[in-house]
Formats: sequence, structure tokens, C-alpha cells
Amino acid sequence: MANIKDKIKNIYKKKNSGVMSYTIVIGLYLVMEILMKTGNLTNLIKSLLVPCVCYIIVAVALNLCVGLSGELSLGHAGFMSIGAFTSVVVSGTLEEVITNDILRLVIAVIAAALVASIIGYLVSIPVLKLEGDYLAIVTLAFGQIIKSIIGNIYLGIDEKGFQFSFIEDTTKISENGKMLISGPTGATGISRISTFTAAVVLCIIALIIVYHLINSKDGRAIMAARDNRIASLSVGINVTRTKTLAFVMSVMLAGAAGAIYGLNYSSISPAKFDFNQSILILVYVVLGGLGNINGTIIAATLLYILPEMLRSLADYRMLIYALILIVIMLVTNNDKLKNRINELLRRKKKHE
Amino acid sequence: MSEEILRVEGLGIDFGGLTAVNNLNMTIEKGKIAGLIGPNGAGKTTVFNMLTKVYQPTRGTIYLNGEDITKKTTIEVCKAGIARTFQNIRLFDKLSVIDNVVIGMHNSLEYTTLDGIFKTRKYKKAEKEAYEKAMDLLKIFSLEDDADTPAGSLPYGKQRRLEILRALATNPSLLLLDEPAAGMNPSETKDLMETISKIRDRFDISILLIEHDMKLVMGICEKITVLNYGMVLASGTPEDIQNNPDVIKAYLGGE
Ligand SMILES: Nc1ncnc2c1ncn2[C@@H]1O[C@H](COP(=O)(O)OP(=O)(O)OP(=O)(O)O)[C@@H](O)[C@H]1O
Ligand SMILES: [Mg+2]
Repeated sequence: MANIKDKIKNIYKKKNSGVMSYTIVIGLYLVMEILMKTGNLTNLIKSLLVPCVCYIIVAVALNLCVGLSGELSLGHAGFMSIGAFTSVVVSGTLEEVITNDILRLVIAVIAAALVASIIGYLVSIPVLKLEGDYLAIVTLAFGQIIKSIIGNIYLGIDEKGFQFSFIEDTTKISENGKMLISGPTGATGISRISTFTAAVVLCIIALIIVYHLINSKDGRAIMAARDNRIASLSVGINVTRTKTLAFVMSVMLAGAAGAIYGLNYSSISPAKFDFNQSILILVYVVLGGLGNINGTIIAATLLYILPEMLRSLADYRMLIYALILIVIMLVTNNDKLKNRINELLRRKKKHE
Repeated sequence: MSEEILRVEGLGIDFGGLTAVNNLNMTIEKGKIAGLIGPNGAGKTTVFNMLTKVYQPTRGTIYLNGEDITKKTTIEVCKAGIARTFQNIRLFDKLSVIDNVVIGMHNSLEYTTLDGIFKTRKYKKAEKEAYEKAMDLLKIFSLEDDADTPAGSLPYGKQRRLEILRALATNPSLLLLDEPAAGMNPSETKDLMETISKIRDRFDISILLIEHDMKLVMGICEKITVLNYGMVLASGTPEDIQNNPDVIKAYLGGE
């Protein structure tokens, strides 16, 4: 009989510490960096690197909410949007004060994460006390509302300080100043301080947070509340607090990713972060597997890159994309099909 | 007179027009195993649901260790020291067997969310102790070899036992077991009843268990309350109950 210490060690070993996820992300990073340094990357691919990593982060964050906590969110693009515009405002404002790009980026990302989590918390207060899919409805509405709100904000800064107006542009920014957000046009003239390395660093931080959370009492409580609400209450778990924690953490990471995303372009419009965008991220999570972080990373990478690669097919692009989605869905969610494929693979191996 | 762990006075609940339980008076002494029996639909599970506030009682008062806990929530009742199992097993199916037990210790793990995210020394120490303690608990029902299987894929009997361990992990002073022997054969049932006695002695707790089969509880319970149509039909020692004509008529002879 093995002693308890050994058995516990085994259990610890079998726990998912996320090694695989870190390996995938760092591996991808190194490969891309080498290709870039040796001049083997097309400009198209180069331009996709930062947004791709941002979507990986948001998808991982959404999996914390949907897969681990079991609460459907249909508004994560909205939280990305909050992060993006917060970071643009913060970075734009601090441009002259803090000239170090990295420091300004870090501050902008932290500000974006904070604002997104505060708003996420406020959104969650009325719904996470309830049982049922209310969060899906509220976040769906939230995504639409935030798009309209940001699309009507006019915010500029000059030597007199901030000038703000809503719906109509009544700001009178002097020649020395600049507009930070101009209504439906969004933000323009952003200094592009995001880098691939910064995106990957944030991705690793996001993974560390998620995995460490999963392996702590809070993570266990999050999954327990998902599996059985009444049993969770009966062992003294505050289900509302637990679900709120998961949601706020999730939108915090989405906001941070939005910041890196926003500061990667010279202009962004609020219309970019619409309902379709939220659904797209949800598709990454569902196809990657609920609660499966590795799957999410892979699904987000492939499904983000794929439609861009198919651009040359012009009109047929979305058609082919849809077909590929359906095939992946069938393969990953159909046990019969899975068994058939496994069998074929086995037979093939035998022949060899 | 020995001390009471639980005292229930005039407890009752209505579901719409239906009075499921009415005027229930019951006491359980410290360190005793008590039984709650009665035919199908008598209201036994409903009593557990009222004690743990899954349902809020319509009438009556519940005292735990002399403290009025009638107005407390399910979480507060757990913290006050009542733990339970469920008739229709409620495990955390996707989580491992040992994690199910460790989740029972949720409130006794004294580290914060940030300790968890930064994996501080406090976190590591608390986690290690929790898993060791959980392993120790699993030994009670020889479940240590199943420690890392998902709870949902355990056979039925083991799931019932695991639920008892999860309840024990909350460090209760009163353990409520809803038909713990359901689905077990007579020899398994006998083992289970012996283990329940041992658990009472080792953890120095009181136990209230619901059983369908009256003979079963006779051996292990010091005191039995019989429910019928939501009302107390009789209560007393196993001998009293066995010889009570009302009980014989309503319960034993009923079928
Ligand atoms: N949530 C509810 N709403 C309406 N009626 C309920 C509810 N819960 C229980 N009841 C009713 O209360 C009565 C008692 O049910 P309960 O489950 O407590 O019986 P029981 O003694 O545990 O029976 P069994 O031996 O079958 O488990 C039944 O008539 C049941 O239909
Ligand atoms: Mg019952």
C-alpha cells in the first residue's frame, strides 16, 4: 500500500497546472519571432499576430466564465471595447508625460483592466444573484449599449484639459490639442505602442491567473457552483460571490486584451466590437471545448487566422469558413465520428 | 439530562395549499444517532430541507446548540455546524473524488483569492493540509484509490459514501443523512451502518438519518421519530416504536 504522501503527490501531479498551455503559447511566440527575424513572414501574417493573441486571451477569459463557471456571456466584445477605448484615452493623455512606450502601455493595460472589471461588477450585481441564464441576456444587451454609448462620446484634450460631449460634438479643441474619441469614428491617430511581445506577456499572465485560480479554493468553488448549486450552498460556498469572482476576473482579462488590441491600430471604431464579435469569441470557446484552455488557445488561433488566409477567395470566404466550422463542430462533438476517426487512425498505424 | 444539539419546535411548511410538514417537535441529544422514518411522501426530506434552509419553514423554530437558526441561510447553517447528504445524490460530478471532499473544507481554508493567484506560502500550506486531511477522510470508506476519478463516474454506492465524506469535511456538529443506504444490498447496508457509528464516535458528532426501512434503523439509532402525512406519529426508543400500535398500523402493516 502506497503511503498517503505519495498518493497526494500523484494527485498534485495529475492536476492541470497548465504546462501544455504555456508551452503552446511560448512555442508559437518563438516560431513567429524566428520567422519574423529571418524575414520569412508576410506583412499580412505580421499584422495578424497581435490581434490573434488578443483573441486568444479574450477566449481564455470567456472560457473561465462560460466553461468553468457555467455562465453564458454574450457581451465579451463589449468589455474588449471598454478596454480598448480606455487604453487609447489613457495612452493619448499620457503621451507627453510618460514618453517610455512600455511604461505607458503597462499603465494603459492596467487602467483598461480596472475599468472593465468595475463595469463588469456593476453589470453582474443584479443578475448573478439569480439562477438561470440571465447573465446571457444582460451581457447581450450590455454589448449593444456599450457600442452605442462609445459611438456617441466626443472626448478631446488640449491645454485647458479634457473636453467632453455626448451625442453631438460640441468640444472645441484648440490646435495644440487632439480628439481622443470622436463618436462613431472612434479613435484616430493612436500611437501604436502594442507589440507582439507585450501581447504574449499578457497572454502568459492571463494563463497564470486562470490556472492558479482553477487550482485554488476559489476555482474549485467556481466549478462546484457550476456542477451543483444546492450542494455548493450546503457546504457553505457563497455561490453569488463565486460566480461574481469568475465573471469579474473574466471581463478584467477581456479588458486588458482589448487594451493591447486597441493600441495596435492607428484607429479603431466602436462598431468593430459588435455582437458578431462576441459570438465569434464564443465559437472559439465552444469549439475548443468548455473548460478546456488548451483547446481554446488552439481554436482561437486557427479560427482567427483561417478567415484571413481565405481572403483571396473573396466571396466564398465566409461560406468556406462556415463549412469548416460545421466540420470541426461535428468532429469534436460527435462521439461516433470520433470513434470512427480513431479507428481509422489505428488501422492506418497497423498497416504501417 | 444530557445536552441537546438540535431542538425543533412547531416546525411546519406549506407548499401552496399543501401542508407538507406540520407541528414537528423533535430533539436530538449530543453524540446520539437519531432516526427519522416514515412512509413515502411523509415529509422526511422536507424536514432536512427546512433544517438546512433549502426551504424556509412557514412556522416554527429551529435551535442548534441553543441558538435560534430559523432565519439563517443555507450557507450560514453550514457554518453553524449542520451538514447533510441528499436523497438524489448531488455531487460535483466533473470534479475529482478528492476535490469533492476538499470543497467541503472551503470555509476552513484560510487564504485569500490573491494568495491563490500568487501561490503564497500560506496557500501551499493550507492546500497541502487540506489534501492530506481529505485523503484521511477517503480512507473511512476505502475510497483512496478513486481519489482522482471524476465523482460522476463512480458507482452509485460509492457516490453515496463520498457525499457523506464531503459533508464530514465541513466539520459539522450535526450530520443529516438522507437514505444513506438506498440502493445497497443487506451486507453493504450493515457495513455502512457500522461505519456511521464509527464516524459518530471518531468525530464526536450527532447524526440524524432518514431511512425507509424501519428494521435497518432499529439497530443503530438510539431514538426514532416516525413521520406520517407530515405529522409526528410517534417518537421514542426503537423498542417503543416497534411496539407502538399506531406505527405498526400506519407503517409496518400499511403495505
Ligand atoms: N418543493 C415542493 N413543492 C411542492 N410540494 C413538495 C415540495 N417538496 C416536497 N413536496 C411534497 O411534500 C411531501 C413530502 O415530500 P418529501 O420528499 O419530504 O417526502 P419523503 O418523506 O422524503 O418521501 P420519500 O420517502 O419518498 O423520500 C410530498 O407530498 C411532496 O410532494
Ligand atoms: Mg425523501
